[in-house]
Amino acid sequence: MSWFRRDKPKIEGQKDGEDQTVRTEGIFVKCSECDTALYKRELRESNQVCIHCGHHFRLGARERLELLFDEGAYEPLDEEVTSDDPLDFVDSKPYKQRIKEAQEKSGLPEAIISGKGLVGGHKVYAGAMDMSFIGGSMGSAVGEKITRLIERAMKTDGAVIIFSASGGARMQEGTLSLMQMAKISVALARLHDAGLPFISVLTDPTTGGVTASFAMLGDVIIGEPKALIGFAGPRVIEQTIRQKLPKGFQRSEFLLEHGMLDMVVDRREMKDTIVRLLDFMMKKDD
Amino acid sequence: MDTSNESAFERVQRARHPQRPYALDIFEHVFTDFKELHGDRRFADDPAIVAGFARIDGTEVAVIGQQKGRDTNQRRHRNFGMPKPEGYRKALRIMKLAEKFSRPIITFVDTPGAYPGIDAEERGQAEAIAYNLREMAHLRVPTIIVVLGEGGSGGALAIGIGDRVLMFENAVYSVISPEGCAAILFKDATRAEKAANSLKLTASDLQALSIIDEIVPETQEWEFSEDSAEEFSANKVTAGLKAVLLRHLRELGKITKEDLLEKRFEKFRAMGKWAGA
Repeated sequence: MSWFRRDKPKIEGQKDGEDQTVRTEGIFVKCSECDTALYKRELRESNQVCIHCGHHFRLGARERLELLFDEGAYEPLDEEVTSDDPLDFVDSKPYKQRIKEAQEKSGLPEAIISGKGLVGGHKVYAGAMDMSFIGGSMGSAVGEKITRLIERAMKTDGAVIIFSASGGARMQEGTLSLMQMAKISVALARLHDAGLPFISVLTDPTTGGVTASFAMLGDVIIGEPKALIGFAGPRVIEQTIRQKLPKGFQRSEFLLEHGMLDMVVDRREMKDTIVRLLDFMMKKDD
Repeated sequence: MDTSNESAFERVQRARHPQRPYALDIFEHVFTDFKELHGDRRFADDPAIVAGFARIDGTEVAVIGQQKGRDTNQRRHRNFGMPKPEGYRKALRIMKLAEKFSRPIITFVDTPGAYPGIDAEERGQAEAIAYNLREMAHLRVPTIIVVLGEGGSGGALAIGIGDRVLMFENAVYSVISPEGCAAILFKDATRAEKAANSLKLTASDLQALSIIDEIVPETQEWEFSEDSAEEFSANKVTAGLKAVLLRHLRELGKITKEDLLEKRFEKFRAMGKWAGA
């Protein structure tokens, strides 16, 4: 009988199975992969990547764009385009209320933030999705913002870069959400015909209608390490085939092996990689 | 027939009814000289999608559709009408053939959704759907979409980009099945009826939202019941379809290729309802 043993105190703010968003309070954060307590400032300096095991924490949309653009400077676009409630949808709470709460909780106007600026000196129109806004789901406003982003790029011969993080189409807008897949893909067809680049970066998680539309249409498709990427979510597949899924199934590395991604890139090397790609894709005289 | 008083969920059940006409029934009854083509030239032939050449009133067209089965064996063979990536790639291959030979394309949407399985994911289900969406956007021939029964989300949309989107009176088209929506949002799969209503998935709902262009009336009177043994007749249900298709083919045939693509783009560009300028 050990008198002196004491359970190791848990570090507050992180529970297993909870989403991996970094809390703003406290000084330490526990890595959900390797359990190491990480100094928050250190984690911020490593772009929210665990310096011990390389685990990529989820990153907010604004932080994502700041990491991408030169000097972190960009001009936000179409912030006034937000979700409406075209179907008067009510589930456990009214959709209108859900939108409002998401805006307050996330501090974002919509599930995607878009902006224009320079990346390695190249003219870039970029969007970043954010899981903290109704699961990063795509409704009419997300579809409209991405379509406008593509149209702006076409007007000025810019490149389009989108960081996806989404559970898929937003159910509360019904078939209108489904049609955003069509709308964006049709716009991308034009961008493609115009010979302009689209780089798609898939982050954890990217599933459903987002994967099955613009996310898989990049000229180059990049995955962040160990990001969950798929059409159907793992639970749906398990229910359909009634067996457990193999380890690593639908992770970036799995997709790379099956030829669905061009590369898996550590977030700390993401910008350099994107600049290298743009150097190849953008015309010399821009 | 007058079904205007039916609830959304009753329409869902009609759309799924095994006595409804399937793509192959339409190819046989509305078209003539159907010649089926197989395979995606990359991996396999997917029986959940049927495609080939056919004639309508003597006009050559490519026809493509998801295909369900009526009995257990057929259902298994057709994978319940849930295509795998090779099915979508076959569909696109036939569409490109139509484009090469300047023939219009008519697709028939009838699927619970794209197949959610390990093999489908490994071969790029998402990529196959996405690629079709983009490529259908700039096919240089008239393309007509007919939602025949179940329009199940991305798996339906993957053959659903065109110059006209028509929908049968009792067909449904939705971002998620009512059961799936109920399970996720209402935490209770038995509340599918409420979900069906909320999702606005009927033909008249979707016409009001400018997602479809025209409702094709269904002409056969048949009482809906789960074990309906009534003799099925695609001829009667779809009697109105042929005239509608011919009218749209005629209209689209008058438009130049450039205008066709421009109008198709504008059509999908306008979809969605949001707040703000």
